[in-house]
Amino acid sequence: MKDPDHRSEARLYLAGFGLALTLTLIPFALVHWALLQGRTLAITIAVLAIAQIVVHLRFFLHIDLSRQKREDLQLILFTVMLLAIMALGTLWIMGNLATRM
Amino acid sequence: MIHTIFGRLDLSSLSLWRAIQDPTVSELVAAGAATAVLLGALVTVSLLTWFRLWGPLWRDWLTSVDHKRIGIMYCALALIMLARGVIEGVLMRTQQAFGLHGGFLTPDHFSQLFSTHGTIMIFFVAMPFIAGVINYVMPLQIGARDMAFPVMNQISLGLTATGAALVMISLVLGKFATGGWANYPPYTGSDFQPGPGPDYWIWSIVLAGIGTTLSGINFAVTLYKERAPGMTFLRMPIFCWTVICTSIIMIFALPPLTVAALMLAADRYLDFHFFTNDLGGNMMNYVNLFWLFGHPEVYLLVIPAYGIFSEVISTFSGKRIYGYMSMVYATMSIAVLSFCVWLHHFFTMGQSANINAAFGIASMAIAVPTGIKVYNWMATIFRGRVRMTVPMIYATGFFYLFVIGGLSGVMLANPVISYQVHNTLFLVAHFHNVIIPGVLFGLLAGYHYWFPKAFGFRLNEGWGRAAAYLWIAGFSFTFLPLYWLGLHGMPRRSATFSDPAFQPTLWLALFGAVLILAALTCLAVQLWVSIRDRDSLTVPLGDPWDGRSLEWSIPSPPPEYNFAMQPQVAARDDFAEAKTKSRAYTEPEEYEDIEMPNNTAIGMIICVCATLFGLALVFWMWWLAALSFLAIVLSITLPTFLTETTHVIPAAKIAAEHRAWLDKVKDASAVDRLEETQESNLGRALLERPTRIEAAE
Amino acid sequence: MSEHNLHPGLNLGARHGAAHEGAETILFGFWIFLMSDLVIFGLVFASYLTVANPTGAAGGPGPAEAFDLRSVFAQTVILLSSSLTFGFATLAMRHETGRRSIASWLIVTLFLGIGFLAMELRDFAHMIDVGAVPSRSGFWSAFWGLVPLHGVHVTVGCLWIVVMLIQLATLGLIPVVKMRVLRLGLYWHFLDLIWVGIFSIVYLGGQMR
Repeated sequence: MKDPDHRSEARLYLAGFGLALTLTLIPFALVHWALLQGRTLAITIAVLAIAQIVVHLRFFLHIDLSRQKREDLQLILFTVMLLAIMALGTLWIMGNLATRM
Repeated sequence: MIHTIFGRLDLSSLSLWRAIQDPTVSELVAAGAATAVLLGALVTVSLLTWFRLWGPLWRDWLTSVDHKRIGIMYCALALIMLARGVIEGVLMRTQQAFGLHGGFLTPDHFSQLFSTHGTIMIFFVAMPFIAGVINYVMPLQIGARDMAFPVMNQISLGLTATGAALVMISLVLGKFATGGWANYPPYTGSDFQPGPGPDYWIWSIVLAGIGTTLSGINFAVTLYKERAPGMTFLRMPIFCWTVICTSIIMIFALPPLTVAALMLAADRYLDFHFFTNDLGGNMMNYVNLFWLFGHPEVYLLVIPAYGIFSEVISTFSGKRIYGYMSMVYATMSIAVLSFCVWLHHFFTMGQSANINAAFGIASMAIAVPTGIKVYNWMATIFRGRVRMTVPMIYATGFFYLFVIGGLSGVMLANPVISYQVHNTLFLVAHFHNVIIPGVLFGLLAGYHYWFPKAFGFRLNEGWGRAAAYLWIAGFSFTFLPLYWLGLHGMPRRSATFSDPAFQPTLWLALFGAVLILAALTCLAVQLWVSIRDRDSLTVPLGDPWDGRSLEWSIPSPPPEYNFAMQPQVAARDDFAEAKTKSRAYTEPEEYEDIEMPNNTAIGMIICVCATLFGLALVFWMWWLAALSFLAIVLSITLPTFLTETTHVIPAAKIAAEHRAWLDKVKDASAVDRLEETQESNLGRALLERPTRIEAAE
Repeated sequence: MSEHNLHPGLNLGARHGAAHEGAETILFGFWIFLMSDLVIFGLVFASYLTVANPTGAAGGPGPAEAFDLRSVFAQTVILLSSSLTFGFATLAMRHETGRRSIASWLIVTLFLGIGFLAMELRDFAHMIDVGAVPSRSGFWSAFWGLVPLHGVHVTVGCLWIVVMLIQLATLGLIPVVKMRVLRLGLYWHFLDLIWVGIFSIVYLGGQMR
């Protein structure tokens, strides 16, 4: 790795790896030692998972807010929107049905 | 041993054998259909052999990666399947007309009929027809040489053909599902239908669905990345906008169907409990997943039809489309809204009133952008140079009938009404009322409109008019009475009925069905007559209708490489503007070599292997399933080791062809719009733009 | 990062010529494919959640009895490391450090992938032992529909790595091969992203009940 660009980009990958590892360790630790319970735990896990997904997108998949890649960020956001409609709608409908069964 | 080789395939799987064993009317009808399929295949094979057409068929069509040829093959597949679907529909209407306490078909046979009719009409008529028109037209309209991924395009066609082939084979071997086109479990689970029927449905839908998803990716990437210079998004014809929306739906709405069908397969093959009655399965999950696909699906079908009507109405009114931006917004909002309304297909499932209300309101909201479109089309016709050619007759029929269908849709979007008419013929009337005048009329209008582009000659006008009027009348007589029947409580999917009051109305519907059969016959005769008289219908210069978008600026039929030089787009409706500003039909300063993809057999190989794979799974021939799956994997992997995948068309050849055509254009006399459907129309349009319209624009 | 990004993800950069230009269309298409796949996973997740309750479990074994969190944690770290090593393979290709270094990073990734699959299979065997099989309940059907779906994706990824190793050896670093490695990279990182959902929702979520 003589190329300085190469080295700095590799360091970026390592930073992403470190962040992702931390964001993995915390929820596992929370569950393993039962540090949090119930709703708080669920919300914490969800927030950490979303944070880790953002880390993966940023450091491994190189999605950021730069101008040239707007089109692709839009694609991802649009997919997330449709998926949210479909998945949350499913949970809403089926959850409601379950309570009325 | 026999079981290892043939799985559960045996003599009683043959419908002909069943008819010999048990010659009832129902079995004889089934055997007749099987014979028709076998005879059709035999006649096709012998004709191809007799005229020595196997070589050309293989070289020019089956292995071609040209988007135009693939598009034509899609349309041909759709028209063949349309014939089967219509015949099944007429058979069902006949059964019901005689169905007071009886009829001639068994309920089981009737169930197979409506299941295959629905499956075929949606997946193997409407979808391939749309894919075909998009394939043919969209790259030409944006000035592209081909799709972004030509080989994948061929694979998509192969997989669609696989699904259609499996449905056709089910006539001869085994029986198709009896669970309707939606194939709801647990009725279609292994407890209630252990036979091969639902498996036929699953594999034909899953395999064709993968093909459709790949098509969607292909269309979207082509539109995003392959547009000609100057062709900004807001200069694209409305049809291309509708293709964007359709491909969004193909990409994101097909996954729920794939998921639902594969889960059903897991239930049936591997003893899973996704949708079973016992052990914690929940069939409502299937209903939910299916309609997550099912509702966007109907918009997948109708949105491109809107696009076709936009092109047809604007061209045959001699005006640019009214309210371009509002059309774009309306189309996009319909596409997104289509993902927010799926629950209206199962208001009666038992969820809370609030959920029903939310989805009811969302469903009604779709009427707003759709209404905007209808008004825009009417405003386009207003003070236009209107010619009532065949596509315009379809468009007019569409206006009247589709608005009725849309209004009954608004009624059904109200959960209270939906509870009343759920599972009655009212619903059957409604969805036929949007799909036939909306989708099918749109596609037939597009077929007449772009046929001269694809083949270099127009379709016979007289037979076309007859077909169009018969479709409109046939539709009205067949399906409008069903509203009445549904409101009076006649259930759908029922082979017989017991209330004599329904009798006269069902006879009326049968009369309509006969008219539709006549319409289909007229279409067939028209094709035959037009091919026979092609010399007097020829339009080699490429612009028979005074067209407005780029596809009309090139010869008919277009050369393999579409455009001799890459078009430079300067305006919306660029070709119309080019004609007024005299920059159409110009010779470029120099021609360049064009690199085009080579033919490949991958699509056909995958089609054959996937058909075997589907059959093997349907009849539990595990060795064949493994073998054909391996063959599919290899036929995708091995070609990636080839590096020579394109050939170059030399500039000299392109220059010669293009100059010869330009010379013909210069020599030809331009015709005005009164002569549009006459022999003198060779495809060169005379500029006739009244000053009044010019000013209004 | 260079200013001439033509597509999302790591770009090869202008000095790669045809491979860089060609990647624009093909990688955009692959992103759309991944998004379609994401919808598949999302809906399978949603179906899983609808039966992750006592009705869905139908009296069968619950998640706490069948899951081994230690093993899942190890799988998570292995898969995460494989994302890192694949990243290094892509960087080696971008900075042209030669076929050998690309191939060796790919081989490391392949072994990590196989290690992940081996551990996952061992977990599955344990689940079968305690009766947590799909024919037992709707809940286990949903589990076996979701987690092995990811496993099948990883298997496809491993086979793809093998094919790419062969192509690196036979075809060399020609543009199409470079573009395929780029796409494989997106695919591999995408699978890691799905795994975040699986360990958070299925495994950690399963311990909460």
